[in-house]
Amino acid sequence: MTETAIPAAKSGPRISGAFHRLLAFSGLIALVVVFSLASPNFMQTQNVLAILQATSVNGVLAIAATLVIITGGIDLSVGTLMTFCAVITGVVLTNLGLPLPLGILASILAGTFCGLVSGTIIAKLKVPPFIATLGMMLILKGLSLVISGTKPIYFNDTPGFNQIALGSAVGSVFPAVPVPNGVLVLFLVAGLAAFVLSKTALGRYTFALGSNEEAVRLSGVNVDRWKIAVYAVAGSICGVAGLLIASRLNSAQPALGQGYELDAIAAVVIGGTSLSGGRGTVVGTLIGALIISVLANGLRILSVAQEWQTVVTGCIIILAVYADILRRRTL
Amino acid sequence: MLTRRTLLGAISALALLTAGGAASAQENYDIALISKGFQHQFWQAVKAGADKAAAELGVTVTFEGPESETQVDRQMDMLAAALSRNPDAIGFAALDSQAATPLLQQAKDAGIPVIAFDSGVDSDIPLTTATTDNVAAAALAADKMAELIGGEGKVAVVAHDQTSRTGIDRVDGFVNRIKENYPNIEVVSVQYGGGDQLQSTEITKSILLANPDLKGIFGANEGSAIGVANGKTELGSNIVVIGFDSGAAQKGMITSGVMNGAITQNPVGIGYETVAAAVKALKGEKLEPVIDTGFYYYDAATMADPEIAAVLYD
Repeated sequence: MTETAIPAAKSGPRISGAFHRLLAFSGLIALVVVFSLASPNFMQTQNVLAILQATSVNGVLAIAATLVIITGGIDLSVGTLMTFCAVITGVVLTNLGLPLPLGILASILAGTFCGLVSGTIIAKLKVPPFIATLGMMLILKGLSLVISGTKPIYFNDTPGFNQIALGSAVGSVFPAVPVPNGVLVLFLVAGLAAFVLSKTALGRYTFALGSNEEAVRLSGVNVDRWKIAVYAVAGSICGVAGLLIASRLNSAQPALGQGYELDAIAAVVIGGTSLSGGRGTVVGTLIGALIISVLANGLRILSVAQEWQTVVTGCIIILAVYADILRRRTL
Repeated sequence: MLTRRTLLGAISALALLTAGGAASAQENYDIALISKGFQHQFWQAVKAGADKAAAELGVTVTFEGPESETQVDRQMDMLAAALSRNPDAIGFAALDSQAATPLLQQAKDAGIPVIAFDSGVDSDIPLTTATTDNVAAAALAADKMAELIGGEGKVAVVAHDQTSRTGIDRVDGFVNRIKENYPNIEVVSVQYGGGDQLQSTEITKSILLANPDLKGIFGANEGSAIGVANGKTELGSNIVVIGFDSGAAQKGMITSGVMNGAITQNPVGIGYETVAAAVKALKGEKLEPVIDTGFYYYDAATMADPEIAAVLYD
């Protein structure tokens, strides 16, 4: 998972790799230290688990967004696609009464399919990613409301469903650290995405598309096909996020989702992935997502007024990205 | 932790006794309020009431809510962080009761009393609910509507949603009162605009175009009511409009006559009673299962009355 640094980018000598990531971590560590010193309630097990739980959905969405952003594209539909997948799961499990594995499969397939559609619109119809996924964002928001009849779909008939996010496999072995399953899912998705990026052809083309799409095309590669594949994989990851949020709320909330893409993109950017493409890591995105939730949680623990929480978060986003720029300049 | 709190409670009770009930002897309780919203003027009025109670009772209150009333998971994150802070009591207005159940159970297990406010929580964990009797409030709107249209004709309702407790209660309260008491009035349409002004405007226009002989529309929350009034203005109609809640825009419409009047809840009272109930719970006093925070009908003539002006917000 730590081997996801850009293969051929101008990242200096190999030794600096570890140093790089150490610095990327430093912002997060600094926040944790500050909050721990400021409040004894911050480092309690229960609170650390609450932070991880709060990171799980945004983290998974941010990983989906990372893949797309590395290709030089953008995906504004991750939030509402997540909701759409949750609603599909609700239809399959509650309205149709089918067994749990089919619900899980349906969510991931729905995500993959929508990603395929976005990718095809972008690659074949040459609609800019910003516009194509903006359209998809609205289409999926509307479809979620239509399919659900604007009402939440509850999973009361599928008792095991909320265990996907809220249960704790770790806790059943080590009762002292009941890490919610949703957090394991986040790390699993992160591990898989990091593997795909660093070890597979899809990963290599993801970076290549973002660095110089024309060069890839001229070397005889079927650019469209790889691009569509990246959006489809991102879509399937949104399907996982849909399962996580539906499981956590024990319901598919059809009106939720818009605005979540901005938090996901913020996590990606804080994590050092370049919005112009060709450069980025999954580990960085994970750290970015953690910074966002540590900040939100810590400010709440300190009873900071909500209007000021927003101001501080904005400042930290700019600082984090500026620190990343400085770091790259000095190395 | 529990024993420490009980001990502190006992000490402060003792201090209260010896000091002859001096307010300064009270423990500085930390009360976390998790609301359904934050920026909206209604929630700011609830916050103002909570702050007022905090100042009077000598306790510390924090007030938080998600950016939009759809963000159920963000509200859960807020509730989880509030629990980690280990407050003395929690005030909670649930966006989705079911989603909140695990965290409320956690609060109960930790011995933190929970007070529900606004639309309540479908759970037996909250000790009480500080809320408007929305059924009775909407029934009052129906009475006023009947009075203003002369007891007969067609009316309609534009409400915010069919899932929340307030949405259900206000529509039922209005429709049932009309059915029971006014046989010559017919509710021809009940539509939902998500509390969004623009959407409610479009809905209103379509209702007016479909029913040219319509006499009046009840807008069941602030956004719906403003939308109804805007729709009326855009089509140059002269129907009776009764709104809900206040806010600068709605008050302006009532002053100018576009809207005949509105029901106001007492958001300041909701915030105040929530904090007051939390303090009572912490002192071990008994609480009623529901605290009715009250409502009023107001129009251009009564808007400046001190009793009304005190509960209206901009």
